Amino acid sequence: MSLGVDVRARRGTFVVEAAFRAEPGHTLALLGPNGAGKSTLVDVLAGLLQPDAGSVTLEGITLDDVAGGVHAEPEARPVGVVFQGLLLFPHLSAVENVAFPLRARGIARPEARRRATGLLTDLGLADRASARPRDLSGGEAQRVALARALVAEPRLLLLDEPLSALDVRARTQTRALLRSTLAEFPGVRLLVTHDPVEAMTLADRMVLLEDGRVTQAGTAQEIRAAPRTRYAADLIGVNFFEGRLERLDAGAGRIAAAAGDIIVAWPENVEAGGESAIGILRPADVILHVARPEGSARNVLRGAVSQIAIEGERARVHVESSPPIVAEVTLASVERLGLREGTDVWASFKAFEVRVLAP
Amino acid sequence: MAGGSQETGSLASLGRRSGATPPALLVLAAIGLALVALPLVGLALRTPWSRLGQILGSEAALTALRLSLVVSIAAAAIGLLVGFPLAWMLARSRFRGRTLVRGLVLLPLVMPPVVGGVALLTAFGRSGILGRPLYEAFGFQITFTTWAAILASTFVSFPLIVLVLEAGIRSINERLEQAAATMGASRWYVIRRVTLPMLGPQLVAGAVLAWARALGEFGATITFAGNLRGRTQTVPLAVFQFLQTDPEGAVALSLLLVAVALFVIVALRARFLSTS
Repeated sequence: MSLGVDVRARRGTFVVEAAFRAEPGHTLALLGPNGAGKSTLVDVLAGLLQPDAGSVTLEGITLDDVAGGVHAEPEARPVGVVFQGLLLFPHLSAVENVAFPLRARGIARPEARRRATGLLTDLGLADRASARPRDLSGGEAQRVALARALVAEPRLLLLDEPLSALDVRARTQTRALLRSTLAEFPGVRLLVTHDPVEAMTLADRMVLLEDGRVTQAGTAQEIRAAPRTRYAADLIGVNFFEGRLERLDAGAGRIAAAAGDIIVAWPENVEAGGESAIGILRPADVILHVARPEGSARNVLRGAVSQIAIEGERARVHVESSPPIVAEVTLASVERLGLREGTDVWASFKAFEVRVLAP
Repeated sequence: MAGGSQETGSLASLGRRSGATPPALLVLAAIGLALVALPLVGLALRTPWSRLGQILGSEAALTALRLSLVVSIAAAAIGLLVGFPLAWMLARSRFRGRTLVRGLVLLPLVMPPVVGGVALLTAFGRSGILGRPLYEAFGFQITFTTWAAILASTFVSFPLIVLVLEAGIRSINERLEQAAATMGASRWYVIRRVTLPMLGPQLVAGAVLAWARALGEFGATITFAGNLRGRTQTVPLAVFQFLQTDPEGAVALSLLLVAVALFVIVALRARFLSTS
């Protein structure tokens, strides 16, 4: 009893091919950059776009089967969608928006309004029920859209970039609400996002979609441990070095990446060098200095800070060294070291902090 | 040297740009404005203000006014009824020959109304392609009835509704209608509860424009429906008849139609055309 997707779909000249499964009671994140085909897949699952090949099944019911000539129309699918941009009906009040899926299915107005009001109350919007969408804040509109997707008790909940339209504060609040709402929803939950933080905080598993193809699937830990592509490494937030592995001295080697060399501990399972290898370094294992450090770390790279991204009490600092490095430090460290964009810093890390994945 | 002359050249053109309207343009523009304004001034000057109430209250004028209201409102209503589906199809569904259909629908807007009247005769006249079987089967003749006046007015005015509504439907985000479908709404339900309510301003604008056009309709009506008092003689047709018997009456009725036109322009500019 789950969602099974194995389709090829086309929008214009862009083709998406994806196969994955999702289990009820779990949240699967469909993670990928803009233009990877995420929205195309959302439309396929919602029934708005007919696939060219393959099938979609939900809890044993076939929604699409191109070979068998099956295509369930959008209105016949037990699917609730929170659309990108929300798509609240501007001419209807919040409660009328939430009641819409019930009214459309022929439920009488009083009953529909009662259920819609109940759901809005659960989401803390009892006093905003009669407001028009244009008068709602971003976070409120988001909750109305969520209520509208849930009200008809779908078997599949699709959330397309649910937090992207919100500012940072509303995002943190709504993310918490989304988490508890997702936890209570008994069906299949599919979160479509380009934001790895969203995926990691809300989803149990993730499917990475790049350029219309699934490049990797697994838990965040699995992907963090062994990202298969440069993009996967960037997304999941680890430093990623790809290059030829060369032996240096006893127990050590070097990954000669295009952007610069990294010294690593020699992997046990590799005999000779010369092969291409992947080095993975957690940003939290990188130490930043404002003067050249003297110590045991064998990798010391110098460069200017190009970006500081703050997430809660931690900051991810991008250093334009060769190769470029992302370090994760506390906000206190950023202040103590006086880090700004453009600050000249040294990034150091020990050779054995780099995980080497030799093919 | 070359650089210097270039500079003075650009300075000169700058001066010209920021200066007043060129005299030649000003003269032509004044002629254009006079072309519109002079007849209106003439109308106002020649209006028999003292007799205005008596003329507009006369049996002939009142009958024409009543009929004009019935005909123009009916034309706008029928126009909405058949215009919305056409506009929806032109905006939302893809079919072969869509451009052809759009051109055909807009044709009555551009062709001479008299020709429209002749065309209506060939279709609905007693020997027309639909008129003859209708007459033979039921003994019902459309021509020279109020129905004919309504049909003529609808023919010339409903393209305006299609035009306004198609633009309106296109301006609605199609994703909203698709979203509604994923909420279990049938296509008909989506049209009723999403598309139509969001078209409010355009429905009003289209109806008012069509109503105003129908109110002024003359050529197709007199050709297809004739000029029969109480049946097909709307205000413009009455003006035409008054002109031969009572020119002052014609002027008075004309003033009334100008007032209505003015009202439509003011109402539409303030409330609909600027926002849609």
